[in-house]
Amino acid sequence: MPQIFHKILFALSLLVAVTAQAQLSIEITGAGANRIPVAIANFAGDAAAAQVVTATVRADLERSGLFKLIDPAGSTLDENASVNFSDWKSRGADALAAGSLARSADGRMEARFRLYDTQKQASLGGAVFVTGNDQLRAAGHRIADSIYEKLTGEKGVFSTRVAYVIKSGSQFRLQIADADGQGAVTALTSTEPIISPVWSPDGSKLAYVSFEKKKPVIYVHALASGQRQVVANFKGSNSAPAWSPDGRKLAVVLSKDGNSQIYSVNADGTGVQRLTQSAGIDTEPRYSPDGGTIYFTSDRGGSPQIYRMGANGGDAQRVTFEGSYNVSPRPSPDGKSLAFISRRDGRFQLAVMDLASKQVQILSDSHKDESPSFAPNSRMILIATETGGRGVLSAVSSDGRIKQRLSIAAGDVREPAWGPFIQ
Amino acid sequence: MKKLLIPALLAALIVGCSSTPVDETSGAPVESRSGSGVTPVTAGGLDARGLPRELTDPKSVLSQRSIYFDLDKYDVKAEYQDIVAAHAKYLVANKGFKVLIQGNTDERGSREYNLSLGQKRSDAVKRSLIVLGAKEEQVESVSLGEEKPKNPGHDEAAWADNRRADILYRAPDGRGEF
Repeated sequence: MPQIFHKILFALSLLVAVTAQAQLSIEITGAGANRIPVAIANFAGDAAAAQVVTATVRADLERSGLFKLIDPAGSTLDENASVNFSDWKSRGADALAAGSLARSADGRMEARFRLYDTQKQASLGGAVFVTGNDQLRAAGHRIADSIYEKLTGEKGVFSTRVAYVIKSGSQFRLQIADADGQGAVTALTSTEPIISPVWSPDGSKLAYVSFEKKKPVIYVHALASGQRQVVANFKGSNSAPAWSPDGRKLAVVLSKDGNSQIYSVNADGTGVQRLTQSAGIDTEPRYSPDGGTIYFTSDRGGSPQIYRMGANGGDAQRVTFEGSYNVSPRPSPDGKSLAFISRRDGRFQLAVMDLASKQVQILSDSHKDESPSFAPNSRMILIATETGGRGVLSAVSSDGRIKQRLSIAAGDVREPAWGPFIQ
Repeated sequence: MKKLLIPALLAALIVGCSSTPVDETSGAPVESRSGSGVTPVTAGGLDARGLPRELTDPKSVLSQRSIYFDLDKYDVKAEYQDIVAAHAKYLVANKGFKVLIQGNTDERGSREYNLSLGQKRSDAVKRSLIVLGAKEEQVESVSLGEEKPKNPGHDEAAWADNRRADILYRAPDGRGEF
């Protein structure tokens, strides 16, 4: 089995040095079986900007585990340069990207690129992204997403963001970072725990549970303005928020009527409706991507298992049967599979069920996995786990082949939530 | 020590009653009183958080605020019945006081599922207090799940310390522990 052990160091040395201890560092362990060989030539134009963009594109593609990067041997090519296809073919590249960075009339930067199929000796198309000088890495992520989509047929997630919670000492920070762990910013700092962040479908808000009032209360937090709204603060505990796919409602867990039960509430906190009526615990609701079904965890059968019901409640069907502890259901955005945490021989591990065949596969070899979160293209699953007594994040491809570990020097990382596609 | 303090507490309650003698024939009519006509005085004074010292004095049974639970269990064990009874009596005698019961679990498993398990523990303590006479509006049961471990360790002893419900008090003036 090929074992790549690769540490990616990014070129923005000054910026990284300043914020180093707040950044996630990423290790890749394992890669896809059939990686597409691709060469990214050095982009032409503004040298400093081109260097940032080219490095970002290469790092993104490499980290995905789906590409084998071919050394461009110092070649600098813009998107209109004539390409010596046989030369790139002989270096082993099936695809080649070339591009340039130029200042636009309004002082911003234009990042252009074109992708070529070296076998067919043809252009696969290109694009131009106009960006601020401080957003060069974002342009790189956009270009990597384009290349990824042209070569694999599915959308890339390099431009997406992730949310997670860092505990350092007695402080909790809700962080938002790019999908590669860079550019982390703190959305909320608290001396009390923050758990269960979930992105609104449009990526503008997070719902989460904060304990700042000495009890769990659900907030919706608009990221751009920092404005926070309490959406559930009933007597008892308020937890486990999940957005409906249209962003209008949240499924939540309230204990106001005794016992943890699932309710729906409008995103502004009005219109509370009870969805489950059980004598036991019902929690961790998640809507299916079509909005018609809610998956949830319940101990109604004697042990915690995953069930499904209609989005307005009603009869529930049991979904998991193997083992005595199956929790934290997360339907994949493509609707084909369900990720969850399963206890096997005392180890808590990431499992994925194919919803058509009901086949279950254990995807991790760790023992303290928690809080799975699908990438919006359903290709990777982000989880919280533990290494050496410290909380880290781990990303696993849905086939289990590719694994990445994201850790941070400053503390425990937990509660990951992968954001939606950028609109 | 527990056993000595409960009679002492009962005695205090009885004294409390007998200090407002009722004269059936000559008492002022109830309707003519403004407010309760009584300004409560706490003997021994208040602690730093504004709570009567009997709630926090280590010699008082009421300073015992933690109920421990067995693994995967939510029933209040016999050994904690005296503590729960003492708190129920305090709430019955002091209607203006409120308590927040925070349920906790050990660190193993899903955070959200643990939050619901902690809720079962705090609900059990709440039910006991209500059965013993505390009013619904005096008691709120919530859960902190695995988020606020009292013992940060990762072994059986730490987990046992963390399977717990804690009782927090708030005085009628809003001061207190939550």
